[in-house]
Amino acid sequence: MTENATIRDPVALTPGLVRGIGATARTPHWQPGLALDCFHAELFAPARDASGAGMALALARDALRIQKSTQGPDRRPFLWVQDKAALRLSGRPYLPGLPADLRHRLIHVAATTPEDALFSLEEGLRCRDLAFVIGELGGNPRALDFTASRRLSLAAEKHGVPLWLVRLDARRDLGAARMRWDVASAPSSRPRWNEHAPGRPTWRADLFRAHTFHPGQWTLRDDDAFLVAEPATSAPDHGDLVHGSGDRSLAAG
Amino acid sequence: MAIWCTDLAIDRWRLAEGLTPEKAARGEGADAAPLALIEDTAHGPRIAAANSAARAAGAMPAMRLADARTLCPALAVRPADAAGDLAFLESLALWAQRWGPWSALDPPDGLLVDVTGVAHLFGGETALIGDAMHLLDKRGLAARAALAPTAGAAWALAHFGAQAAILPPEADPRTHLADLPVAALRLDADVILLLRRLGLKRLGQIQGLTRENLARRFRNTRSAAANPLLRLDQLFGLRPEPLLPVVGVSAPLVQRRLMEPIRHRTLLDQVVADLAADMARLLEGLGQGARRLELGMWKVDGEVLVRRLEMAAASRDPAHVCRLFAARLDDLDAGFGIELVRLRAPWTEPLLLAQADLEAAAESHGTSLAACMDRLTVRLGPDAVRRPVAHASHLPERAQRWQPPLADPPSSQEELRFHHRPMKLLDKPESIAVIYETPDGLPRQFQWRGQLHKVARAEGPERIAPEWWRERSTVRLRDYYRIEDETGRRYWIYRHGVIGDGRGGAPEWFIQGLFA
Repeated sequence: MTENATIRDPVALTPGLVRGIGATARTPHWQPGLALDCFHAELFAPARDASGAGMALALARDALRIQKSTQGPDRRPFLWVQDKAALRLSGRPYLPGLPADLRHRLIHVAATTPEDALFSLEEGLRCRDLAFVIGELGGNPRALDFTASRRLSLAAEKHGVPLWLVRLDARRDLGAARMRWDVASAPSSRPRWNEHAPGRPTWRADLFRAHTFHPGQWTLRDDDAFLVAEPATSAPDHGDLVHGSGDRSLAAG
Repeated sequence: MAIWCTDLAIDRWRLAEGLTPEKAARGEGADAAPLALIEDTAHGPRIAAANSAARAAGAMPAMRLADARTLCPALAVRPADAAGDLAFLESLALWAQRWGPWSALDPPDGLLVDVTGVAHLFGGETALIGDAMHLLDKRGLAARAALAPTAGAAWALAHFGAQAAILPPEADPRTHLADLPVAALRLDADVILLLRRLGLKRLGQIQGLTRENLARRFRNTRSAAANPLLRLDQLFGLRPEPLLPVVGVSAPLVQRRLMEPIRHRTLLDQVVADLAADMARLLEGLGQGARRLELGMWKVDGEVLVRRLEMAAASRDPAHVCRLFAARLDDLDAGFGIELVRLRAPWTEPLLLAQADLEAAAESHGTSLAACMDRLTVRLGPDAVRRPVAHASHLPERAQRWQPPLADPPSSQEELRFHHRPMKLLDKPESIAVIYETPDGLPRQFQWRGQLHKVARAEGPERIAPEWWRERSTVRLRDYYRIEDETGRRYWIYRHGVIGDGRGGAPEWFIQGLFA
C-alpha cells in the first residue's frame, strides 16, 4: 500500500534517538532552538491561566525560527482549535495580544464537541498550507483516547505539520505524543523600567516524558526574539524517590 | 426598436390559465368575465391590472378594490405577481435578441432592442416590425412596437404613436414627434403634472420655448426623468442615453435520469460522484470553477430534495465536491426512491486550468487551505471557522472582529506598542471580588472561580473611557490593571467605574483577559 509507505518509520524518524548500552547517558537534553523533529507535543496546563496556550505558541515559534533560518520567511497561516470547554474556561485568542509575527496568520476554529475539535485538528494536520496547529481541549474527553491521539500523531508525522495540543485541567492519561510537558505559570523577571509591573511571560515547564530527550525541568521565558530556558530554580520535589514507571525517557529502553 | 406589452400582467394570467391564442381569442372563455389582479398596499388591496371586460365595467388599474367592487360586483380577483412579471420580461428580453444583438429592459412592461443595421436581414424595417408584431401576437402578448433612430423616440412612438410606427432616419424628428403628449418624454408623474399646469401639453410646445428658461425651471440634472430638457435631448439624439443590456448567463447543469429509482446511500454516492465528474468536465470547458453548488434530487412521489453547498474558493475537483456533499446527504429521506439527480452551479468564478501535480507523492502532500476550510465549514458551520481582524475601537472586546478565513483582511491601524494586551480574552468578563486601596488604588487580592489570588505585582491603571458616541451616558469607565499573583499567574482585570462618579454605587471588578 502506498499510503503506508509514506508514513515514516518512527524509529528512523528521530535522529536523536539513542539505543543500546549506556543510552541513558548519551541521550541529549532538551534546550530551546534545538531541532525537535517532534510533530506532536502535549502540554498539560491549568485552565485558570493562559500558560498552556502561551507556551504552545512560544514552542511553535521556536520551531518556526529554526525552519525560517533554513527555508526563508514563512507566511502560512496557523490553526487554533478550541472546544467548548476550553473556550469557556480560558477564553478566546485576542488579536492585539498575540505575537506580532503570528497575529495576522491565525485561523480560529470554535468546535462545540471534543469530537468536532479532533476532526478539525486532523483536517488541519492534513493541510499543507498550515504552518502548525494548536489544539486546546478541556478535561479528559472520552473521544480523546489513545487511538485518537495516535491518529493525530500519525497525521502530523505524515504531513509534517506540527501539532501542539494543550490539555486544560486534564489528568495525564494515555497519549501518543512524542513530548509531554507539564506547564504552570512562574513569577516573571522584573522589567527594567517598572519593578512592580509583571514582566515577560515565564513558565515552569516540566518535560516529564519525551521520545528522544531526557526528562527535565526548566523555567522558560519568552523573550520575543527567542525562548530562554533556565534550569528550574526551586529544589525538586523529593517526596518520592523512585520515579513512576511512566516518568522516564523512552530512549532509556 | 421599442416594444410595449400593453397588458403584460393580464397576458401572463391568460397564458397561465391555458388561454393560448390558438384556443381562445382575447375576451373569450375565462377572459370574458371581468377580472382584476390585485396587490396589497397599506390602504388595502389595490388593482394592479384589469382585463378588458373589467375595464369596460369601470375597474381601472390603481383603483382600490372596494371602489371597483361597487362599480362591478362580479369582479373576480387574483393576486398580482410583480416579481414574476419582471422575470417574464427578462426572459422576453433575451428572446427579443432574435431581432438585434442586444436588448434592454424597460420596466415594468417594455423592452428596447438595438436593431441598428440589422433591418435588411429581415427584408426592410417594415418587414422587421411586422415580424415582431406577428411573433408577439403568436405568443399571446398584446404589444405595440415602434422603430426610431433613438431609444427615446422609439419609446415615445410605441406608447403614443401609431401602431407599428417607423421614424425613418432622414425624417426630421422635431416635426414628426411634435404632436405627441409630454408623457412621451418618460417623465415622472409630478413633472408631467407641473408641465400640464404650465400649459405645456405637446412636445411641440416645449420645443418652442427657449432652452435657458427650461433649464432654469428644471434644475435636477441628475435624474433624466425629472428634467424635460434632458429627455428632449435624448429623444433627438443630442445627448447619449446608456442602456443596460440583458445578458443571458446559464448556470452549468448536469443531470442523471435513473432507470430504477434508488433508495440506498451507496448508489446515490455513485451518482453524485458521476455528476461531480461531469460537472468538472463541463466547468473545465468553460474555464470556470464552482463557488456554489445545488444538488436537486427528484423523488418518485414528486418531492424535490435540495442540498446547497458553498465553497471558500472556486473549485471543480470532483473528489472534493463528493466529500463535501457526503456530509450533507446523511439526513436524506429517499422515500420511495429518487429518479432524477441534478447538479447545478448557480455561482461560478473563472478558474484557469492548472498543472496537475505529477509527482507520485502528491497524494501525501495534503490538502490545500481552501479545501481544508471547506471541510471544516461543512461540518462545523460557517460561524465556527473564522479569523480575527482588527477593528478601530479602543474598547478591548470591540477591537477585534471575526471574518471568514479566506476573506481579505481590512486595512487597519496598528495597536500602540506600549499597550500590553492579554493573549486571551474571556467571552464575557467575569465578576471578581477584590480587596483594593479605596478609592482608586492597586488591587491587593481577589477571588475568582472560588480561589483566592494574592496580587504580587500590579501595573495600572490604564483608563479606558466608554465610547460616548454610541453608548448611554450612564456607562461607567474602566480602569485596567495588569497583575501577577504570587504563583506567577498574570491577569488583566478592571474596576468598572470610580467611587463618586455618580453612575452607580460602589464599583465592581471584573476579570477580562489572561496573559500568557
